[in-house]
Amino acid sequence: MHFKKEFNFVKMSKAAFIFSIVLTIAGIIALAAFGLNYSVDFRAGSNVDVKLAKNVTKAEVQPLLDEIGIGKDATISPGDKRVNIRFTKELSEDQDSQLKKAIQQLDDTASFEINTVDPGMAKELGRNAIYSVLISCIGIIIYVSIRFEWRFALAAIIALLHDAFMVVAIFSIFRLEVSLTFIVAVLTIIGYSINDTIVIFDRIRENLRFGKQKTREDLANLLNHSVNQMLMRSLYTAFTVFIAAFFLFLFGGESIKMFSLAMVIGLIFGAYSSIFIASPLWLYFKYKQKPKGKAVKPSKA
Amino acid sequence: MKRLATFIIVVLVAVGIMAWSTPGLLDRVRLGLDLKGGFEILYEAAPLEQGQKVTKQSLTRTAESLEKRANLLGTSEPEVTTEGTNRIRLKIAGVTDEAEVRKKMKEPASLTFRSAEGCKAPDANTADKDKYCKVELVGSDFVENGASVGYSNLNAPVIDIKVKDKKKFAEITKRLLGQPLAIFLDETMLSDPTVNAELTDGKAQISGNYSLDEAKKISDTINLGALPLKLTEKYSQSVGATLGKQSLDKTIESGIIGSIVILIFMIAMYRLPGIIASFGLIVHTWLLILVFVWADFTLTLPGIAAFILGIGMAVDANIITNERIREEIRNGRSVMSSVKAGNKSSLRTILDSNITTIIVGAVMFAFGTGAVKGFALVLIVEIVLSILTNVYFTHYLLSLLVKAGLLKKPKQFGVKESEINAL
Repeated sequence: MHFKKEFNFVKMSKAAFIFSIVLTIAGIIALAAFGLNYSVDFRAGSNVDVKLAKNVTKAEVQPLLDEIGIGKDATISPGDKRVNIRFTKELSEDQDSQLKKAIQQLDDTASFEINTVDPGMAKELGRNAIYSVLISCIGIIIYVSIRFEWRFALAAIIALLHDAFMVVAIFSIFRLEVSLTFIVAVLTIIGYSINDTIVIFDRIRENLRFGKQKTREDLANLLNHSVNQMLMRSLYTAFTVFIAAFFLFLFGGESIKMFSLAMVIGLIFGAYSSIFIASPLWLYFKYKQKPKGKAVKPSKA
Repeated sequence: MKRLATFIIVVLVAVGIMAWSTPGLLDRVRLGLDLKGGFEILYEAAPLEQGQKVTKQSLTRTAESLEKRANLLGTSEPEVTTEGTNRIRLKIAGVTDEAEVRKKMKEPASLTFRSAEGCKAPDANTADKDKYCKVELVGSDFVENGASVGYSNLNAPVIDIKVKDKKKFAEITKRLLGQPLAIFLDETMLSDPTVNAELTDGKAQISGNYSLDEAKKISDTINLGALPLKLTEKYSQSVGATLGKQSLDKTIESGIIGSIVILIFMIAMYRLPGIIASFGLIVHTWLLILVFVWADFTLTLPGIAAFILGIGMAVDANIITNERIREEIRNGRSVMSSVKAGNKSSLRTILDSNITTIIVGAVMFAFGTGAVKGFALVLIVEIVLSILTNVYFTHYLLSLLVKAGLLKKPKQFGVKESEINAL
């Protein structure tokens, strides 16, 4: 596809900024109000996933747990031929094997996945996750600053933090489970969504070399032109990864469902932010620089 | 014609190598526990006695000892690795009686000799372990595999044990002459005989009212290797084999569907260059599996996810290149010079955008544990490979075709004549 008509992204970015700001505020409110729905990875306890040959109900599982004395703090969520049970306390080895035996009474083909995380470990995993996000961002800032200039780096970082936060916000609003793989997804989005931004920035940089941009209009036109030139490229590259993530979400293994969903959401926001957030932000920073030039030689026409 | 011949030979050789090596290649990929079933435990090690430190040496010894135990229990290829200063990660696959193995692994089977020296005066309620609070000898002080079943003077089964440092034992027995020296297996007291004489031969005996079987069991437990450190489970994951297999099948299936859609998209969008990109992608996938087999990396579920996402990322390079070529054609350049310029100028963009992903991958690898590391590793390897296959290799194939004169019409690049701006 090739558009003859050029879109005015500078104009459209105003609406996009408002949209993103509203979503950010909603995300902050959601985070403050209900926080995140942490999995055992970050809040300690045990998570049991059981694959069964038939469907079971909560009422069937509860008494089995009560019998072993672990029924009190269990959250049972049955699914299609599977059941998930979460315990806020870590299961001991004995409880672990008792639980397996009990559920195998229901269905002897039951296959389990049990994750147990101790509170110290949960804290550590959480801390490492935050470190990873911070260090990744610093690494990207340094790299983009070296290859481009700080205005590009700053705009790119704001855009990718925006992408990451949007995913977190949506997971908070919809109470989706946040596990270690979620952090992996957020980090991958941080690393990947900037690709699109860089492709566009690269073009802006290239176009900047061709002419002298004297006025704000010149700059705005240059940006519009650059984004239009790269539009399909940006969308296609995001689309191929989106396909991969989307099919993973649809058909992939249960334990990476939330990971794939986070990727899908992040990719959409990544493509959106490269065009509507990162590029206009760069323009904004560039404007700030321009008035100086104007002040030196005011036009006295 | 020479170029066309080169192109055909390169493609045929690549296809040939892939066809020849692929059967059996997939079976040789080492699968993680989350895919083949098994369990993984992260232990944190603490010294047996307070005030002591966990040394690198003792940690390694503990890991070795765990590995020995796992092997004794007949598990296949147990993996024991030390992490940081005080952690040991244990991975065991394909276990039928998991509870038993787990118990045996953690069971410190730590033999200690303890005395009541300097302890609080005991009363009737004092537990044995509080009564004998001073540890005189720990598991590592005893000769490995040195426990055996013997018989006492009264022909009752006893367990004979040997102490490594005879002098030390002699000093202890001398000091405790006439006092009890309790023998503990973990926190359970086996016996608390009174020291009757200074023992200089480094031999000790555990007696009690044991049957021969009981005595044998205790001696086996002791021989299983006393762990020099106390272990607590920090994190554990156990996956049933059926569940693992299901995850593997489903995820690979979704990956194949996704890849096919991506290939169709590329061909529909870019025609012949799209077919070349698809070929590059197939070579890419094959190469990635090859690297995994050669380097003996373990493929985990998040690893497969990275693999599949990476396929989508790898074609990005082709999209960027082909879009650039189209743009050059639209600007009125000849196909030949457009391809040349497109290949050249897109390279920098592609490298720039991939390096950021590698940075994040490296951070994940450094900070991540188990599954996260697996994901990061695949991501990094895949991006590096994609630069080879979907940048250099496809650029090369494309130039061959152009030079051979097979690609000379803008239409073959999906550019309409009407879109071309006359110079």
